Amino acid sequence: MTGELIVSIYIFVLAIFAGFELITRVPPLLHTPLMSGANAVSGITLVGALISAGAGRGGLATLLGFAAIVFATINVVGGFMVTDRMLEMFKKEERH
Amino acid sequence: MLIDLFYLLSICCFILGLKFLSSPRTARRGNLLSMAGMFIAVVVTLFEKQIIDYTYIVAGIIIGGLIGAVAARRVKMTAMPQMVAVFNAFGGAASALVVYAQFIRFPTLTDPATTITIVLSLFIGMLTFVGSMMAFGKLQGLVSGAPVVFPGHKALNALLHLIVLGAGVFFVLNPASHGLAILAAIVVLSGVIGITMVLPIGGADMPVVIALLNSYSGLAAAASGFVINNYVLIVSGALVGASGLILTDLMCKAMNRSLTNVLFGAVGQETGPAAGAAKRNVTRYTPLDAAMMLSNAQSVIIVPGYGLAVAQGQYALQEVAELLKKAGVGVRYAIHPVAGRMPGHMNVLLAEANVPYDMLKDLDEINEEFQNTDVVLIVGANDVVNPASREKGNPLSGMPILDVDKARSVIIIKRSLSPGFAGVDNELFYDPKTMMIFGDAKEMLVKISGALKEEI
Repeated sequence: MTGELIVSIYIFVLAIFAGFELITRVPPLLHTPLMSGANAVSGITLVGALISAGAGRGGLATLLGFAAIVFATINVVGGFMVTDRMLEMFKKEERH
Repeated sequence: MLIDLFYLLSICCFILGLKFLSSPRTARRGNLLSMAGMFIAVVVTLFEKQIIDYTYIVAGIIIGGLIGAVAARRVKMTAMPQMVAVFNAFGGAASALVVYAQFIRFPTLTDPATTITIVLSLFIGMLTFVGSMMAFGKLQGLVSGAPVVFPGHKALNALLHLIVLGAGVFFVLNPASHGLAILAAIVVLSGVIGITMVLPIGGADMPVVIALLNSYSGLAAAASGFVINNYVLIVSGALVGASGLILTDLMCKAMNRSLTNVLFGAVGQETGPAAGAAKRNVTRYTPLDAAMMLSNAQSVIIVPGYGLAVAQGQYALQEVAELLKKAGVGVRYAIHPVAGRMPGHMNVLLAEANVPYDMLKDLDEINEEFQNTDVVLIVGANDVVNPASREKGNPLSGMPILDVDKARSVIIIKRSLSPGFAGVDNELFYDPKTMMIFGDAKEMLVKISGALKEEI
């Protein structure tokens, strides 16, 4: 077991707990935007894809990295935009 | 070092973004904050010194960005479950691709910590990709929505898992021999597992599956974060994984099913009308009767189901609600957790039809109120109001329902007496205080609002 891995596992477990705390507070009203927004956040793999595609090795690794960028960007851009579109529709009752 | 601090900043944005989602007032700001977090993470990564060639990066971002933007603008709100399924799929695919590319670039990464996480992230990533595409196919009607099971299904599933496990162990022990080929086999087999996992799940259980795959797409990102040693991936992936798990659990509870039952139970066969249902008498009422009853009420609770969205009746329904409100009737909507086809779906569909969110009440908020309510108007919902769930020995037993039968009277707009997904006859239809109106939801609602306009 390398020290680096242990740190990663600590971070992962603590983030799971933080996630549970944060998400149990989201009301059912907003569960669909929560899902699409979380979806966009999971497109963070884009960060890894950028390095794969940009390392300039050429060949299969670059090609796979490029495909990963396309997929992850669709995920990120589409996810955030559609979430914004939904949240914009949630309006409070106008008091007359 | 500096890059890592910026990654920490983007993690903070994601966490605060989720925190702001706890109220509809701040939710939009929260989403913008998450966007900012993503933007920071991407921009600082571009300064990473490993990156020397930007051609593919720019091309990929332009292509992906355009596709994502067009899809997000064009998608209909009824199709949100499909959209989320496809995005889950892409997230899973991207994670698997990144990990595979990483191993091609660094075939010398052979310590067990790395190889184990490589196998895990390829497995989860591909399972998410193919499973989500299957879920998309089912929701879109490209693949049969009914559960598909064949003899030996469970045995095949177990066998596939064993082979993947075996291949994974072999790879971890001998990463240097045919590593890429073995990983490719794991990728293919994990995809097949994605198919066999989603095929037996019925259309009514799709909310659970989408939530579960949402969780997987996060876990896939976290797993690839372990492979490339990147904390921002690990944290964001864990947050999404937790979110998906919570929603999966909530959906299972709302249907009173265990996750194993959803995944392996093959519930939700297409059913005809329950036997003997046709023999009983039901009094038919007209939209005019309903309008009369609604306008004489003090308090009305509307219970919408997915049938309303299928009939595109949301706008007509809100028009009825507005007319009643103007006449001084207290109107609220009661939303069951599984009213739509994904968690929270019905709220979005109603928000689109300009229903203010403070009129939308969830099950826990409103269930006590039915006993003090004059009229409940049920449109396109069935199982979620079926009192049979309080009795033992039927598929609905124990499922939390909206206690509509406690109200003074009930109006139900429905095409026929046929039972819902669960295939259980609904006693509520035959209750003397229930007014059945048979017909298309939208058409009937338009007639009701027409009658209300004349009356008020």
